[in-house]
Amino acid sequence: MAKRRIVLTFPKDQVERPIIYRLSKDYDLVMNILRAQVMPKEVGRLVMELTGSKEEINQGLKYLKESGVEVESMAQDIKLREEDCTHCGACTAVCPSGALFLNRTTWEVVFDRDKCLLCEHCIPACPYRVIESTF
Amino acid sequence: MSKTYQEINQRIKKGEAVVLTAEEVIDLAKEKGTDEVAKKVDVVTTGTFAPMCSSGLILNFGHSEPPIKMSKVWLNDVPAYAGLAAVDAYVGASEISTVRGFDYGGGHLIEDLVAGKRIKLHATAYATDCYPRKEITTFIDLNSINQAVLFNPRNAYQNYAAATNSSDKILHTYMGILLPRFGNVTYCSAGQLSPLLNDPCYRTIGVGTRIFLGGGEGYVAWEGTQHNPIRERADNGIPLGPAGTLALIGDIKGMNRNYLRGATFTRYGVSLAVGIGIPIPVLDEEMAFYVSVADADIYTSVLDYSVPSRSRPAIGRFSYAQLKSGQIEIEGKKVPAAPLSSYRKAREIAQTLKEWIASGKFLLTEPVRRLPLETTFKPLEVKEE
Ligand code: SF4
Ligand code: SF4
Repeated sequence: MAKRRIVLTFPKDQVERPIIYRLSKDYDLVMNILRAQVMPKEVGRLVMELTGSKEEINQGLKYLKESGVEVESMAQDIKLREEDCTHCGACTAVCPSGALFLNRTTWEVVFDRDKCLLCEHCIPACPYRVIESTF
Repeated sequence: MSKTYQEINQRIKKGEAVVLTAEEVIDLAKEKGTDEVAKKVDVVTTGTFAPMCSSGLILNFGHSEPPIKMSKVWLNDVPAYAGLAAVDAYVGASEISTVRGFDYGGGHLIEDLVAGKRIKLHATAYATDCYPRKEITTFIDLNSINQAVLFNPRNAYQNYAAATNSSDKILHTYMGILLPRFGNVTYCSAGQLSPLLNDPCYRTIGVGTRIFLGGGEGYVAWEGTQHNPIRERADNGIPLGPAGTLALIGDIKGMNRNYLRGATFTRYGVSLAVGIGIPIPVLDEEMAFYVSVADADIYTSVLDYSVPSRSRPAIGRFSYAQLKSGQIEIEGKKVPAAPLSSYRKAREIAQTLKEWIASGKFLLTEPVRRLPLETTFKPLEVKEE
């Protein structure tokens, strides 16, 4: 099983087509939608994690591209400026997934990108404005 | 077995003093007992790093040609108080920028100044015979001005209540973002490393005590505002909620940005995070007992911030060992607990101060005046006349 995190941008005329449905039906992919911004007749954006075999993922991505959907791999969506972090832990108070947590031996804050849901709750919770989103 | 300040300082000067951090001494006390701590250890160093709103900076800009008696002053668009002599001003950590609002305030200004950045100074005045100028706009930095003295009326709270939220709404507070229906708990104390929790009855921390402040040297100037020593205490002498406070003073010219950081609390305001470390002489067995306190022996209340009153209801009482485990139980529900105070920085500060003392360059001072043990913290009543 492989996992890929991708950002999809749907052109205006594609927003209302059942592209996502086909993706799960025809390519047997498990989709975990992390964030969505889809308004009728506007450009839509979707951040999701695909789980399936490598082959199925590649087929699915090919189908998306052929349907006119722009596919980017998701890289560094949430960024923590290490050098400015005070390791206070305030951000861990609001992180729903445990992606941000305190190592209780070193008392440093650790960011586990794989667990991040991109909800951005941590951004306003950091008093030092050390967390940024590149979405 | 007791020691005097003079004896301890002699040992520091000779490089013979035994200095431990407030964390390290706990292990020694557990293994060998507090009488051994009293015999072996000369000094215990503490540390804390957290937002402390009641902080600010006294500035003297020097005189321009022609001179001005500044009556309104802005520094990077943050208003400063100038109702002092011609070119003196005080800028509070919680003051916000007239342009950038909560994104920039007094705390950020202090951080920028200490980091060596150029700061825009704008001032207006009514002209007088000896001060004819009515307006000035110029740039200053830490080296171009005469004084830049941190004077913090209330820092280093001896314990602080933790916060939670029973309501259905998200709350934006100075205790951080509180999630609905007991979604989280936040707390703000270094616990076992915190200065006033290691000298709970203010035997050695008093007016004139030399300390680590913002990465440089500072002094305890006075008791802090809202100093409330009569707070209920546990058998070990430790207050069970916010009690004593300290007013601190120090030249920011020797400080650094690692320990003075502007902070923004979303939809609440701005503040300054201050790094403080206080050395505690182990004068006798009583002090040895106090400095050996551990998180499991320090308790605080969790208050419900959904009640916007000066007396918020308490949900329960927990030890810092429980809070620091990252989870406590409220009404049968497991609630994540997170700090606002950086324990890593508190550790760093206690360690740095330990090195300063061990290397002989930082001597202890005997307080010239004790902090009060009796004053009370009065509320403000709203009166018609
Ligand atoms: S974006 Fe959400 S899940 Fe990711 S680290 Fe921030 S709070 Fe946690
Ligand atoms: S709240 Fe900000 S400064 Fe504090 S640990 Fe999180 S990222 Fe670092």
